[in-house]
Amino acid sequence: MVLSRRLVDNLSSKWMLSCLIFCLLLPLAIGTGLVLKSFPLFTNHPLGSLIFSSNWSPSDGQFGFWPFILGSLWVTIIAIIICIPLCLLAAIYLTQFAPGWMLKFMRPVIDILAGIPSVVYGVWGLLVIVPFVGDKLAPYFGVDSLGYSILAGGLVLAVMSIPYILNMLLEVFRQIPVELGEASLSLGATKWETIKHVFLRKGSSGIISAYGLGFSKALGETMAVLMVVGNVVQIPQSVFDAGYTLPALIANNYGEMMSIPSYDSALMFGALLLFVIILLINVIFRYIIYKSELI
Amino acid sequence: MQTTTPIFKTNHVERETKLHAVAMEVPIVDIQNLNVSARKTQILKNINIIIPKNSITVLLGPSGCGKTTLLKCLNRLTDLYSDLHLTGSIKIDGDDILNTKIDITHIRQKMGLLLQKPYPLPMSIYENIAYGLRLKGIRKRSVISEKVEKHLKEVALWDEVKDRLKSSAQKLSIGQQQRLCLARGLAVEPEIILADEPTSALDPISSRVIEEEFLKLRNDYTIIHVTHILRQARRLADYVVFMYYGEIVEYGPADEIFETPKPDILKEYMKVGH
Ligand SMILES: Nc1ncnc2c1ncn2[C@@H]1O[C@H](COP(=O)(O)OP(=O)(O)O)[C@@H](O)[C@H]1O
Ligand SMILES: [Mg+2]
Repeated sequence: MVLSRRLVDNLSSKWMLSCLIFCLLLPLAIGTGLVLKSFPLFTNHPLGSLIFSSNWSPSDGQFGFWPFILGSLWVTIIAIIICIPLCLLAAIYLTQFAPGWMLKFMRPVIDILAGIPSVVYGVWGLLVIVPFVGDKLAPYFGVDSLGYSILAGGLVLAVMSIPYILNMLLEVFRQIPVELGEASLSLGATKWETIKHVFLRKGSSGIISAYGLGFSKALGETMAVLMVVGNVVQIPQSVFDAGYTLPALIANNYGEMMSIPSYDSALMFGALLLFVIILLINVIFRYIIYKSELI
Repeated sequence: MQTTTPIFKTNHVERETKLHAVAMEVPIVDIQNLNVSARKTQILKNINIIIPKNSITVLLGPSGCGKTTLLKCLNRLTDLYSDLHLTGSIKIDGDDILNTKIDITHIRQKMGLLLQKPYPLPMSIYENIAYGLRLKGIRKRSVISEKVEKHLKEVALWDEVKDRLKSSAQKLSIGQQQRLCLARGLAVEPEIILADEPTSALDPISSRVIEEEFLKLRNDYTIIHVTHILRQARRLADYVVFMYYGEIVEYGPADEIFETPKPDILKEYMKVGH
């Protein structure tokens, strides 16, 4: 009896360890695979020109990824900028001000929003956001735009990111003990002062990591953005210009035009870039969180 | 339940006289007919007490009898719970805080709050105390530093933290955190200290430090101290309020109550508590 319990204990801990190792090795394996696959490209293209050149003509052997990098970053940054106030205020309202039933009601709504496939968001973007940007927003700012644009991509991405980020923020605020609020109120703070000076600070690392994860996820989002961003290889001069993102590049072209030399390794390099950017973003956010926890 | 009510009735006259004896002192808190209910359950039933100035009043009673709720009524933290319904009156310095136009933040600044566990604000040691001062409208740096030092000394924490005022309050030990919380409460210059089992998470030594602080502070503040530890009540109390199932069963000067406990339930509580 004792022996078998110990055996189970032993086995289960071994299992957990192997799962952990698997989880740790997976990104490493993916990263290595991408490096190996994109290696042929490095032999005749310097890394600097691959990243910073904006000349993209695969048939001439020109692979400048800068338009895709910029396109991806633009779209994601727009989405996150929209999400920062929107999700933060919504989370504060739901956890601090709204009656309890509203939070209970919102949870499934958020889950449903999070569960909608990105193609559906893409179609919605095509039908609603693209015309809105092309016919309303662009003329308002005196710009000519078809609507297929960085801004449309950013807006659709923002809508997609809301449930994801909001969910994490709700958790952050729910974890703050009520007593901390009571302590602040008892010192004579108003509710808003308590939220501003105590809750936001207490939750800062959680809030930052919510946006960090949201950023990473948004950066890799493919389908919905691909459908509305225009897919034009260019350096976008304004948010009303069409653009192209790294995931869209890969999704649109992989398996096609593979006769062009180095094309498949170029696409692999695109994936590697995405991977590295997400890694960098994570490191940066980790660092910010680390700094914020020191205070 | 059934056993307590008759006791409460038979002692009613006696309680009234005690109430008056206590009332002879300068009252700072005067609670009349306070009833608190949450939906269908009544948490506090017809609470009537007078708490005299510059004394330690200990709220004693088993868990769940409503001690925390009574304390929260005093600075209206009950506002945070929309399901709680309060009736009656709580006069503090003559103002009925349940029916008043005075800003609730001013009322709360009359009271320092100490909770079961220390909840330092997520800022530096210095800022934990400066926070309340700034809320009071004190802006001058020199005044703030001066007060921070004064109140840290008041709780015997200054020597331990004077070299790391800028570091996070969360890094202090639990005992130090609780003293910091006390200092933070004292910094807004309250008249009353509300303490809800403030030593229950602390080691015996830190508990003793808090108790000693309270005995010192008694001269300048009115302390309302919730505990279920009988011995602590004996050490601290000038007045004792014994609660049971949301009612006050016994109430009066500590020595009288501990010498000759009247209600059976209190006798039993004291027997088990020894
Ligand atoms: N916000 C609330 N809603 C409903 N019931 C509550 C609420 N707060 C306290 N209670 C109930 O009131 C009773 C007294 O609680 P409390 O004041 O915390 O007791 P004590 O501090 O003496 O242990 C408990 O039974 C508790 O469940
Ligand atoms: Mg309690």
